[in-house]
Amino acid sequence: MSAQTSWTVAGVREALASKKVSAKELASEFYVRIEKRNPELNAYLTLSPERAYEQAARIDAAVGRGEPLPALAGVPIAVKDVISTTGIRTTCGSKILENYVPPYDATAVERLERAGAVVLGKTNCDEFAMGSSNENSAYGPVRNPVATDRVPGGSSGGSAAVVAAGLAVASLGTDTGGSIRQPGSFCGIPGLMPTYGRVSRYGLVAFASSLDKIGPFTANIADAAAVLGAIAGHDPNDSTSAAVPVENYLAEIEKPAKGMRIGVPEDYFGEGLDPEVKEKVQAGIALLESLGCQRIPLQMPHTDYAIAAYYIIATAEASSNLARYDGVRYGLRVPGSTLIDMYRKTRERGFGPEVKRRIMLGTYALSSGYYDAYYLRAQKVRALIARDFSDAFQKVDAILTPTAPTPAFRIGEKSSDPLQMYLADIYTVTGSLAGVPGISVPCGKTKAGLPVGMQIFGPHFREGSVLRLARAFENAGGFTI
Amino acid sequence: MKISREEVLRVAELAHLELSPEEIDTYRGQLDEILSYIDKLKELDVTGVEPMAQVIFHSDAPQGAESHPELREDVLRRCDVADAVLSRATDAEKPFFRVPKVIER
Repeated sequence: MSAQTSWTVAGVREALASKKVSAKELASEFYVRIEKRNPELNAYLTLSPERAYEQAARIDAAVGRGEPLPALAGVPIAVKDVISTTGIRTTCGSKILENYVPPYDATAVERLERAGAVVLGKTNCDEFAMGSSNENSAYGPVRNPVATDRVPGGSSGGSAAVVAAGLAVASLGTDTGGSIRQPGSFCGIPGLMPTYGRVSRYGLVAFASSLDKIGPFTANIADAAAVLGAIAGHDPNDSTSAAVPVENYLAEIEKPAKGMRIGVPEDYFGEGLDPEVKEKVQAGIALLESLGCQRIPLQMPHTDYAIAAYYIIATAEASSNLARYDGVRYGLRVPGSTLIDMYRKTRERGFGPEVKRRIMLGTYALSSGYYDAYYLRAQKVRALIARDFSDAFQKVDAILTPTAPTPAFRIGEKSSDPLQMYLADIYTVTGSLAGVPGISVPCGKTKAGLPVGMQIFGPHFREGSVLRLARAFENAGGFTI
Repeated sequence: MKISREEVLRVAELAHLELSPEEIDTYRGQLDEILSYIDKLKELDVTGVEPMAQVIFHSDAPQGAESHPELREDVLRRCDVADAVLSRATDAEKPFFRVPKVIER
């Protein structure tokens, strides 16, 4: 057994090829770690050892035959529990799907396994990915491995925590309004939201269909490039997945950042931003300047309206998408005297408070008499926010901002005030509405030792340049600035 | 308040949510606060702005994206999933899902 504690995609590959470790031994090592640490963190909801060891055996057989190894050969990976996995329970963090076992795999999972990855299990998350702290899971909150009295962020809190704690080499999360980037920031690891349509949503349980994206958490940028490369690309099963060629991300990240134009929107550095976060992100931007990037001040005047537009659009889409949980075809059914009574009782018992709140808000925004004032207006404001981004990308190659206004907060600190929780998504929802790719990269720690995240946005389908800048930042020591 | 108790009940009915009296009061207060915040959308002049419903096929789509290459050909494909689907239901008898009676006669 290896004594190595921190693994990377490249490290696993090298260790397998040189027979220092087998895929089976590696999976086993990770399950030992999970057994030790998961009871405290509550980051994994379901483990899938049978499937993991079957895949590991396939990889070990390929090594034995001396075959060329696929990109993610033997890499232990975790999958957020809103992404479907054949034969492995997929709860979405909800009681309504407590015993739901999907009959098919999400395309992203299928592609990960085709690339050789070993799926260890499914990770905890806010119910139906609705939340910014992971406190909305029906299966209890996840603890931040960096500071266990604090939240890991949300909604992909479990996926961020397992990578930060070394309980997986990489994981898949999903990002609708910040649910990959903000937990990445809170747990001190890179979290990448690809362009809308870059990664197939087939098999992703829908929250807000015009905003949902699947993306990776990893320990470093090269691993993010490797995982994205494996899952990106058009899928005939998702008509919103883009038929745009996939860049060679591992080649892109080797290019220097010198000469890249980095935009800094002053609208992201105003009131409400924690002074320590501000200082770290400004130091991060200065570091990139020292690498030869050209800093360009930007105005993105509609930033302040993004939360309002986002919470109308996302909840409207959610209220429609979650209409399917009615007790008829799958999931929980609570008996009722009539069909409608059965629907109502099933949904009352099955959904948690935040999901109900969002269904109520979305239903209200779509209801007769309010549609124009809320939903249609929010869609128009979304167009203005998208225009802020397309205007900016006429002048710059990337936009740099803080990922979140504060570092990780304490468990329970904000859970009683939904609006305050929504407002903390201010810097992430903008890019979500515009559909552009964004990554949160570690950018030092506060004096109290809490990770800070810096966000990098790029133009549509330019994940390559986002990762290239992130890699330059990593190589220059930016993660520990 | 921006939202009345009757409106909360009406929305819950539309959404098929059976709320307790406490939930109705809680949600009324919270929705009121959230909707008051969302009113800031009214500050913006959106005259002549096209609503954005989707990201794809947006005007700044990159080169190489043709008109609708995402759409697959309209050809029949075998889809033999009935057993797998029905096996997930609480109450099903092939080829049906069973539900409480909906038609009185």
